[in-house]
Amino acid sequence: MRKERWTIGRIVLLAAALLVLVVMLVLPLVVVFGEALAKGIGAYFSTFGQRDTLASVRLTFIIALITVPLNLVFGVAAAWCVAKFEFRLKGLLVSLIDIPFSVSPVISGLVYVLMFGLQGWLGPWLQAHGIKIIFALPGMVLATIFVTMPFVARELIPLMEAQGTEEEEAAVVLGANGWRTFWRVTLPNIRWGLLTGVLICNARAMGEFGAVSVVSGHIRGLTNTMPLQIELLYDGYQAQAAFAVASLLALLALVTLVAKALLEAQPVGARDA
Amino acid sequence: MKSNVIPGFGTTLGITLLYIGLVVLIPLSALVIRAAGMGWDAFIMAAFSPRVLAAYRLSFFSALIAATANLFLGLLVAWVLARYTFPGRRLVDAIVDLPFALPTSVAGVALTTLYATHGTMGALFGHLGIKVAYTPLGVIVAMAFIGLPFVVRTVQPVLQDIDAEVEDAAASLGATRFTTFRRVLLPIILPALISGFAMAFARGLGEYGSVIFIAGNFPGVSEIAPLLIVTRLEQFDTAGATAIAAVILAAAFIMLLTINSLQKWHQRRFAAG
Repeated sequence: MRKERWTIGRIVLLAAALLVLVVMLVLPLVVVFGEALAKGIGAYFSTFGQRDTLASVRLTFIIALITVPLNLVFGVAAAWCVAKFEFRLKGLLVSLIDIPFSVSPVISGLVYVLMFGLQGWLGPWLQAHGIKIIFALPGMVLATIFVTMPFVARELIPLMEAQGTEEEEAAVVLGANGWRTFWRVTLPNIRWGLLTGVLICNARAMGEFGAVSVVSGHIRGLTNTMPLQIELLYDGYQAQAAFAVASLLALLALVTLVAKALLEAQPVGARDA
Repeated sequence: MKSNVIPGFGTTLGITLLYIGLVVLIPLSALVIRAAGMGWDAFIMAAFSPRVLAAYRLSFFSALIAATANLFLGLLVAWVLARYTFPGRRLVDAIVDLPFALPTSVAGVALTTLYATHGTMGALFGHLGIKVAYTPLGVIVAMAFIGLPFVVRTVQPVLQDIDAEVEDAAASLGATRFTTFRRVLLPIILPALISGFAMAFARGLGEYGSVIFIAGNFPGVSEIAPLLIVTRLEQFDTAGATAIAAVILAAAFIMLLTINSLQKWHQRRFAAG
């Protein structure tokens, strides 16, 4: 690292960059908490006494509790086969994992309506058997899984590729089976990256709006998640309540970012070795 | 073959393919098949009516302008984060990812309040006679918010990897700082800049949650393409929604292919350099 001198040019660039970040990122955040507390702390907490809002918090947690573990298993499996083996069309597989990143969230919801909706492929059959997927929890879970599928895999693949295969090979040669190798050798090596992936996946699962909105049907107190409840309250001229719910999700985002920064600052020995 | 001692290839590849197939590929193919089965005339009518064309235009140009703005703002932020050490740098670095972690509906209501006539930024722009919220300009503001991290996060690592000696050499040969930037640094970071731009642009094209609140959604004026999908679905016009979605999806995949080839070009340049 060469020595830094604080020339005028540097100070101007630093100030400009900080101004950009404050205006673009910090101000919206300030608005969320400011508006949430605009009518005082009592009004803030009374928002969470409302039945529908509480129900939206509960539904958000339920969806994340189903989605995140499934995407975690997928992410570990995908990272294992991509990072530890060479095979044909691997590049294609990695591109497939990335697909949800480039699909508009609205389309991520729409595809499940086309599969399971009343006018969808399986719609008539599902209705005949009394199974509800669209405008119900299963559809919302599916749409959330679609959107958040790549996060754990994306975090683990580069990490596991960088770690190579020697340690696992040694374990196997010494007689450990696949599970044991994974639990005792691989998992300790990837634990921080895994945790980062899970945190990001969870934040996105709890915050997904577009995809879930399409399949939810917006039934008050039943199929509204927190992001949808924000829309409902905001459009219903209950801005303070909308921002109170938003403040919880903003807090989750901040905690996730701080945790991610701390995990990435783990000493190289603990993280990558 | 990189390794054939480590077990679990078949199992993990199987899980990965099954999951991607069920969650992503089959639902997406439902969309493609439904769109293909519509018949040419019906598809054109639904996907390219004047109102829909206006929405594509708005999404396209707003995403383009927002990504272009992010090209400069993102480079500035990446530069400062990669080159300068200052108190709180880690915190500033962490906040850059906020648009990734903050739910889009939270960003949507916050930006709307901030840029509405009575909001802090809205009042500021109001003095200049510019209306932001509920105009196409608001759409651009939301897309700029959502796209900023893409440019920063692609350019920052490249800037960090550039050897200080390269610049010192240029300077010692008599190059001015600007010439050094233009002739030495810019060619190195250009592929990353273009990748980041393309990712921000693609994200803007499909963005829904953060835009719909601030846009006002006036048909033909500030109505984005993903919103029209939702509108069609609410009118029980599944075919109409499918046609528009097929067009947006095709555009997204063209963008994805472009980004992938850019990244390959990027890697080749680095391998060569």
